Amino acid sequence: MKPTKVTNAIRSLRFAHGEMTQAQLADEVGVTRQTIIAIEQGKYSPSLEMAFRIARVFGVPLDDVFDYPDPASDSAAEKHS
Amino acid sequence: MSFEEKRNWVYLGVTAAVYLGYVAIILGRAEGTPLPEVAYAWPILGSIGLAIAATIVGSILAAITAPKEVDKKDERDAGIHRYGEVIGYYVFSIGVLGALVLAIAEVAHFWIGNAIYLSFVLAAQISTAVKLVAYRRGFPSW
Repeated sequence: MKPTKVTNAIRSLRFAHGEMTQAQLADEVGVTRQTIIAIEQGKYSPSLEMAFRIARVFGVPLDDVFDYPDPASDSAAEKHS
Repeated sequence: MSFEEKRNWVYLGVTAAVYLGYVAIILGRAEGTPLPEVAYAWPILGSIGLAIAATIVGSILAAITAPKEVDKKDERDAGIHRYGEVIGYYVFSIGVLGALVLAIAEVAHFWIGNAIYLSFVLAAQISTAVKLVAYRRGFPSW
């Protein structure tokens, strides 16, 4: 069972921001390090509020951090291929 | 491992150990007499009290090992807690339904009391186990 379909770019964003550690990000966002690990591994989908807080830490829009697969575009892409 | 996860491990271990201790005391007291005649009230109340005290002591010990993590409880911890408690609620409900059937059948109080206590222990064990699995593998977001 995959708990969430939400994917994210937190790992690459951390490295792009001075190799920020998971613990540093957790402190900035106000959550446990384990929660950051769970989000990165796709085992936990954060609330909208937490998602905004994470995006704010990196200074980027929400869309640059999180992505959700669009079933319509996926099936369209399959038809074109 | 977060502090909340450690607390769940403590609770899982304590409830299992205390219940096994309770069963050992009851069986020890039985020795030849039928189980419904065994005095079970104080062992049950004592073991519940012991479980509460041991969980508090265990949580304090867990806090001592990682004092910085004690205050850190976030929305994921809360979500996992809710998820486990819902499962535990169903287990407890089924157990209490069984105890109700025993009461209607007018069986000895010993069996009714023990059915309720077992329901409590099973609900605690299963809900805590579900939480610990959720910490490792995630949980559905409904």
